[in-house]
Amino acid sequence: MKKRQSLAEHLGQGFINLFMIAFLVVTLYPLLHVLFASISEPSQLVAHRGLILAPLGFSLQPFEYLFRNQYILSGLSNSALYILGGVSVNIVMTAIAAYVLSKRYAKLTKFFTMFIIFTMLFSGGLVPLYLTIRGFGMYNSYTSLIIPFAISTFNLIILRTAFEGVPVSLDESARIDGAGHFTILFKITMPLVMPMIAVIILYYALDRWNGWFFASIFLKDKELFPIQVILRELLIDGDNGATMAGNDNADLMMLSQSIRYAGIVIGTLPVLFFYPFLQRYFVKGALSGAIKE
Amino acid sequence: MPGKPKRLLNKNSLGWDLVQNKSLYLLMIPVLAYYLLFHYLPMYGAVMAFQDYSPMKGLFGSDFIGLQNFFDFFDSYYFWRIFGNTLIISFLSLAFEFTTPILLALMINELRSQKLSSVVKTVSVFPHFISLVIVCGMVKDFTSMNGIFNEIFKLFGYDGLSMLQKPELFRPIYIISGIWQNIGWDSIIYIAALMAIDQTLYEAAEIDGAGRWQQLWKVTIPCILPTIVVMFILRVGNIMNVGFEKIILLYNPINYETADVISSFVYRKGLIDFQWSYAAAVGLFNSVINLGLLLVANRLSKKVTQSSLW
Repeated sequence: MKKRQSLAEHLGQGFINLFMIAFLVVTLYPLLHVLFASISEPSQLVAHRGLILAPLGFSLQPFEYLFRNQYILSGLSNSALYILGGVSVNIVMTAIAAYVLSKRYAKLTKFFTMFIIFTMLFSGGLVPLYLTIRGFGMYNSYTSLIIPFAISTFNLIILRTAFEGVPVSLDESARIDGAGHFTILFKITMPLVMPMIAVIILYYALDRWNGWFFASIFLKDKELFPIQVILRELLIDGDNGATMAGNDNADLMMLSQSIRYAGIVIGTLPVLFFYPFLQRYFVKGALSGAIKE
Repeated sequence: MPGKPKRLLNKNSLGWDLVQNKSLYLLMIPVLAYYLLFHYLPMYGAVMAFQDYSPMKGLFGSDFIGLQNFFDFFDSYYFWRIFGNTLIISFLSLAFEFTTPILLALMINELRSQKLSSVVKTVSVFPHFISLVIVCGMVKDFTSMNGIFNEIFKLFGYDGLSMLQKPELFRPIYIISGIWQNIGWDSIIYIAALMAIDQTLYEAAEIDGAGRWQQLWKVTIPCILPTIVVMFILRVGNIMNVGFEKIILLYNPINYETADVISSFVYRKGLIDFQWSYAAAVGLFNSVINLGLLLVANRLSKKVTQSSLW
């Protein structure tokens, strides 16, 4: 297809290209700044002002400090635990709920759906939720981050939509062969919508890796904190890194900034690592959730 | 009595349905229990908004004081401040965080280079997945005394104090960091809508002599307008719903005057100052307004675009 472009159109295209490249720089620079700063020589970093376009020297000292810190380590292992335990509960509960809600032939399904959707529209609020969790004796325990967040209604709706696409004839014939609902759900329905299951698992896992707020109000002992709450103390609450470095004061002033950058890198790297593989799936989930409601 | 057994066997009856789908309904029990315990029970807990709740007496023993908590809130100095901040931050977000993803999608759509287009898409979505703690940590660092933004501002004679200590800068910081984090993610839905446009429309427009600019206004925009309208209505429905997570990560007593919103106020009063009932009342007030706005928005959406949330 050969098209004649006018000069104005050429200029327009050039402008858009330039603008997009500027946009890429603006999006990427903050991340690169942090990355470069985190592996820079702390003494050079402290003296430096302005943009950082390449690492200033090279040092992994702040990372060494962080990985020697017991709370960073417990934070990372707690996060892993919350993700493993939490996502398992999430996926089983969400799949069961989505399975039942997708069976429109059953009369109560409509009522169940309304019962569940209503919770998206109205909530009792933060304080009653907090007191409910305390009332159940879940305060300051691992379960407070897992059980009360067993189902995200948004994810449930995405999965129900996917389940509705599975031909009814498939599970009718399985039922005639004597299969129970569990067998049908886990052996037939779920494998058929595996890409969507992957999306849901990713959504849940990401929420759990990134989540910090409920952990910060439901947990009291620092030993139970997931990594984001530990990072919050380091990055937001102005913890100068003293507890992180466990070193004498002279070095500390110099190191504290480097340690904060290293903390950001540790919190972001796992997401970055999975990102290229997962981007496709996330986008798919975002669209199915937005359009098909 | 010939009628009775017949009714029991009637396939349309609820009894028949319960028997027939018993095993399906049994599966639902843990799910219903979950929603009852962790969503409906806290709704019931909101009665504390009408009480002078004390943990010792419990929800059932505390004294009812009617609407006193609500009146206290409406009369307080904070009411207009947090109400106004919530609205202002919401409108700013609507003006900037809602519109920029549309512009980005349109620009990506105009890109001739497939390679550049896919790089832009990949890179722009990434910040969405970074945690708020990290993003706010970065914001705090960049706007601190020796942060890169401050270095730039100092060139223009700015005094160089931490930018988050300046109430007038809180909202720009909040909005700009929000755009940085979410512009790519929010543009996905528009990009999808753009890709769904029938290419023959463009060919027809070209034959009729429309330039690219005209094609944009006469074909592209009208085609994605329904998507924009739905997203806009949803956004308006959530206008009183400014999330507290980012606010409480970025605010401090010095910028409360421009930063404190209803949800962050509820958090502070309830979970830090332990004024349970007062915080529950403010939270309930906000929830009710939200519900109303969402219902109106959904109605509008149904009317304008024939599509709605439910």
